[in-house]
Amino acid sequence: MNTRLRSQIVKELLSFLRDPKSRMVLIGPPLVQLLVFSFAATLEVRNVDIAVFDQDNGRASYELLARIEASSFVRDMVPVYSTAELTDLMDRRRVLIAVHFPADFSRSIAAGKPAAAQLLVDGRRANSGQIAAGYLGTLIAGFEGRSFATAGGTAPDIAVRHWFNPNLVYRWFIVPGLAAVLAMLIALLVTGLSIAREREMGTFDQLLVSPASPIEIVVGKMVPALIIGTVLAMLMVAAGVFVFQIPFSGSLPLLLLSLIVFILSVVGVGLMVSSICQTQQQAILGVFAVAVPVVLISGFATPVENMPYVLQLLAEASPLKHFLIIAQGSFLKALPPGVVFANLWPMAVIAAVTLTTAVLIVQRRLQ
Amino acid sequence: MSTAPETGKGGRPRRLVALTRKEGLQVLRDPAAVLIAFVLPVVLLFLYAYAVSLDAQDVRIGVVLESDSAAAHDLASAFAATRYFAVTPARDRREVAPRMVSGELRGFVVIPQDFASRMISRADQPLVQVVTDGSQPNTANFVSGYAQGVVSNWLAAGRDAAPPSARFEPRYWFNPELESRRFLVPGAIAIVMAMIGTLLTALVVAREWERGTMEAIFSTPAGVLEIMVAKLLPYFGLGLIATFGCALLSIWVFDVPLRGSWLALFAISSAFLVPALGQGLLISAATRNQFVAAQLALLSGFLPAFLLSGFLFEIDSMPAVIRTITYIVPARYFVATLQTVFLAGDVWSQFLPNMLAMLAIGLVFFAIASARTRKTLD
Repeated sequence: MNTRLRSQIVKELLSFLRDPKSRMVLIGPPLVQLLVFSFAATLEVRNVDIAVFDQDNGRASYELLARIEASSFVRDMVPVYSTAELTDLMDRRRVLIAVHFPADFSRSIAAGKPAAAQLLVDGRRANSGQIAAGYLGTLIAGFEGRSFATAGGTAPDIAVRHWFNPNLVYRWFIVPGLAAVLAMLIALLVTGLSIAREREMGTFDQLLVSPASPIEIVVGKMVPALIIGTVLAMLMVAAGVFVFQIPFSGSLPLLLLSLIVFILSVVGVGLMVSSICQTQQQAILGVFAVAVPVVLISGFATPVENMPYVLQLLAEASPLKHFLIIAQGSFLKALPPGVVFANLWPMAVIAAVTLTTAVLIVQRRLQ
Repeated sequence: MSTAPETGKGGRPRRLVALTRKEGLQVLRDPAAVLIAFVLPVVLLFLYAYAVSLDAQDVRIGVVLESDSAAAHDLASAFAATRYFAVTPARDRREVAPRMVSGELRGFVVIPQDFASRMISRADQPLVQVVTDGSQPNTANFVSGYAQGVVSNWLAAGRDAAPPSARFEPRYWFNPELESRRFLVPGAIAIVMAMIGTLLTALVVAREWERGTMEAIFSTPAGVLEIMVAKLLPYFGLGLIATFGCALLSIWVFDVPLRGSWLALFAISSAFLVPALGQGLLISAATRNQFVAAQLALLSGFLPAFLLSGFLFEIDSMPAVIRTITYIVPARYFVATLQTVFLAGDVWSQFLPNMLAMLAIGLVFFAIASARTRKTLD
């Protein structure tokens, strides 16, 4: 490495690490966010509040309610005595679900007739509501008046096994993804602002008259972001293994290689944005306009396959989508090298295209 | 500001009007501000409406048919017929297992060799085996749930089973079609607004500090409070206009009903803009540096609004510590009230406490921001 390039890189690194405030926001908050958000991001359903409108007051409703109250996903059971009261609790989102037993519920069951109780579910929270209603459905299944029919005699219809994550711990899914998203945001911001800041302050012209070539300028801006992003991501991977106790079954060298290519492709995008923008503010907004869609279509929060076909195609151009497959697979699935490379080369292509474009734009500024 | 001399008859109000006008012009002249207030929300809303979807359909699964009996074939075609699954047929589980590792399939169903005999003696063994990709827990739940549904329906169609003696009849209020877009789009408006409010103000004011133009304004007779109010009012207006645009888009394009009133919508949006702008101001006053301000706005504005607001992840399901943290996230109150005003109607008994909470958080932000600003002027 020649000395000009090396001093360029050192200068860029120093410009981030010298200022205590920016040093702090680079490492501290992302790690805190990882801790907070991994516990927050769950689609499991717990602590459900249920309103009970029992016009039956019979033996059957009593037994069912006792059973519901005892189940682990329920927090509060709120008794109500009129439809108006029930509507009010639902409107105010005090409860997720209301159970309404009609007056003849126990009588019908005692007479051996089918009996139905109504479940009123808050459609504003339809996802949790559906899951909770499903749980309640399993509680009433097999209820035949006096007691519950013992399940003897027949085996269940299906035997379910969840591979890679037998207890479906949501955190095992979210932590690798969140680590990737946070590392991407940091790398994007660091590079996105780099050229734009120099331009806003006028120091970019000094850089242009220096003997450094466009490639050297871009590499000089690229390496610090690569170092910061990779170190941060590896810290978060370590947190995943040691703090969150997620099994890591894949290959660490392959993950590291993929991480470097991933950060390179992100850095390319950031430099492209930065070389187009005139001011830091434009660059930040540009970074934002890129980052949010990339996160949304990557499959981080909701699966790619739920999206319309056009967005699924667009997701192929998102480096995050490919890296999520590698990161999640390396943790849980012992992802074979073939699959890693199948997702590695699209990121390499994205990195090559964006970095080349960034060099070309800087070159055009030189002339 | 006590030292600020009163000038002429109009005095402070007139100065405030003039300052606001100046700041308003500055916003309108800034193409980036207009872009982020009008173009970005539209793009984001479209993305949230189409990219963020919890409605799984056509989940790719494999169906491994190890048995050649007529019943087994019949069950396999029942799996192929449902719209929830897109089925890849196979004869051996070794064909599909690697494709599940690569993520091509999200699960597979094995109809075993002795399926016919298992059908007759239902006592000891399950009929079929379902294997899911647990690395995607939500989809895995979905696959096992719907596979159970397909098998029970298929069994029920085969024999005249009596309905269970007691059952729950679920009815979904406010959103009977169970479309996730109906509640995600109002939530998305909250996130868009959090971004405009917090990110835009944090950036703009941080830039003024960085360039030193803030000191220039401070040298005028205007007080700190006046300057802050004048700076924020244009963004307040911009935010309200953006809310209005987002609401129109939700109603016309995304088919979300507005069951409440426009008045309520504007009231809660205004209440939310107070903490959002306050947060932006606080960030810029504390950092005075655009890079750090952007980073903090992203980490303390956008991500909490996305993950801690209940927009996608149910707050009640979070651990108690995190639930406590959500109480200081203004977006939490905004998402809950927005979903209500769109899907349920005007429930002032819910709106008022939530609005009060947002205003209180906002006041705290403003108090800290102005305290920090005044101190450094000495």
